[in-house]
Amino acid sequence: MSELTGLSLAEMRAGLKAKQFSAAELAAAHNSAVEAGRELNAYTVETPELALAAAEAADRAIAGGEELKPLAGIPLGIKDLFCTEGVESTAGSNILRGFHPQYESTVSAKLKAAGAGMLGKLNMDEFAMGSSNETSAWGNVVNPWRGKGNEALVPGGSSGGSSSAVAAKLCAGATGTDTGGSIRQPAAFTGICGIKPTYGRCSRWGIVSFASSLDQAGPMARTVTDCAILLGEMAGFDPKDSTSLDLPVPDFEAALTGDLQGKRVGIPKEYTIEGIPAEIADLWSRGAEMLKDAGAEIVEVSLPHTKYALPTYYIIAPAEASSNLARYDGVRYGLREAPEGGNLIDMYEATRSAGFGDEVKRRIMIGTYVLSAGYYDAYYLKAQKVRTLIQRDFDNAWADCDLLLAPTAPSAAFAAGDKLDDPIAMYLNDVFCVPASLAGLPAMSVPAGLNADGLPLGLQLIGKALDEEGVLNAGFALERAAGFAAQPEKWW
Amino acid sequence: MSVDADTVRKIAHLARIKMPEERVEPMASELSNILDWVEQLGEVDTDGVEPLSTVIANQLRWREDKVTDGDVQDKVLANAPKAMHGFFAVPKVIE
Repeated sequence: MSELTGLSLAEMRAGLKAKQFSAAELAAAHNSAVEAGRELNAYTVETPELALAAAEAADRAIAGGEELKPLAGIPLGIKDLFCTEGVESTAGSNILRGFHPQYESTVSAKLKAAGAGMLGKLNMDEFAMGSSNETSAWGNVVNPWRGKGNEALVPGGSSGGSSSAVAAKLCAGATGTDTGGSIRQPAAFTGICGIKPTYGRCSRWGIVSFASSLDQAGPMARTVTDCAILLGEMAGFDPKDSTSLDLPVPDFEAALTGDLQGKRVGIPKEYTIEGIPAEIADLWSRGAEMLKDAGAEIVEVSLPHTKYALPTYYIIAPAEASSNLARYDGVRYGLREAPEGGNLIDMYEATRSAGFGDEVKRRIMIGTYVLSAGYYDAYYLKAQKVRTLIQRDFDNAWADCDLLLAPTAPSAAFAAGDKLDDPIAMYLNDVFCVPASLAGLPAMSVPAGLNADGLPLGLQLIGKALDEEGVLNAGFALERAAGFAAQPEKWW
Repeated sequence: MSVDADTVRKIAHLARIKMPEERVEPMASELSNILDWVEQLGEVDTDGVEPLSTVIANQLRWREDKVTDGDVQDKVLANAPKAMHGFFAVPKVIE
């Protein structure tokens, strides 16, 4: 049954409908793949019984000739940042070890209501802070792709469990979240697709907060079509999230025509940064040609404040994180360290010292510093003003184009440990992803080629606010033209 | 701009993170590196620029002022490291 896991989500959906296989068979094949793939460390918790239960419900509906739910019997992985009722949810942190939410996040609830089954919770960088999945309390996630010398590579981050599991076919698709590239960069590192929708498209309710003005959920899957299908079920208005957009959800799948006639695709000249490998620059040019062949007009545009996006992000995101993570106090959930004879403050400090990892502490410290008395104007307020300018850059670019094409990441997947000692080198991974995050724009990564070492490289499409359809359709055109069919060789 | 050891101790206390003494100096240098790097924002002319308040125009909604949830004391306390008599329990606060 292992070939069932190799199907795309759309093929699984069609196969179930045509009764080529049962949902129970599909779930069992995935449960076996999850078990056989433990070396990848992609899952923190496995829930084969939940996948099977959803499959049985789907099979009953099929047998009864009922109209099938949109994701009936589709086995998915859920990033550990999503609270899942009764299933341990830790955000990759020791401070939430043993936390069993009594409620379900809106996005995962919507996927379940659409008939999907949950295979388990997917590993991630602690509190989504990282670009290599090396900060998780559950240990590093391994990329199914290997380096030229067979060395282990990182799967990107923070949605590294999601990217690894999707690429290794340990799920049909997965949820991810993206604060500054956490869906797109891991997708690029593992040769899969992922889209961060417009801020507000997917409800943040029940997702562990990192930086609330940036966090967005989105799907990760092996094809653009699969992303479109999943996003259609994840998106939608939720009164429980005050930043949720009260707008109808378009039929994303129907937008995939591959025809880009009349579309202008901008090439932002400031994204040509020093030190970007020639093969990524070449792929970017080839990508532009592919979109041109699909009917688009290619234009050069300027986003003058691009170089300030990353430092802006590293003020705003830690500032919001320091506020959001104040809730981990050892009182209501998670870890508690109460020193003998200590008072309440001692308990807070000991709990947070023991529960948070180094990168999380570093960001809380940065955030606390930039928000502290006397520094707020110089850092946080300044960053929010530069953020206005970054958003204005995009608004100006939209006068000349409908979409932007850029690389997703400045390199292919690197070896574990390579950038661990240098936080800023690690942060630079997201140099192409962060600007769209700061402006709340939809953006997706599509695998478009291999580097000289045979590792996947992604290209990124950025769209106007609410134009996920345009982004997905251009992604679809790129996917068709690139014909990316490389697979990681199975070693696990 | 550089963060010194005393500043690290002060920030750690504000953030309620116990910072072992041997971590203070390394943290000072890590924070300084990052803050020196973000200093480049000083080059950007932001005179007359409003700070961004929302990435997408979205009117905050009104809702009816009525209870929509509740009566779930067991659920609220289900994950508490320590709960007593239907309450969260913490170390003694009043001396």
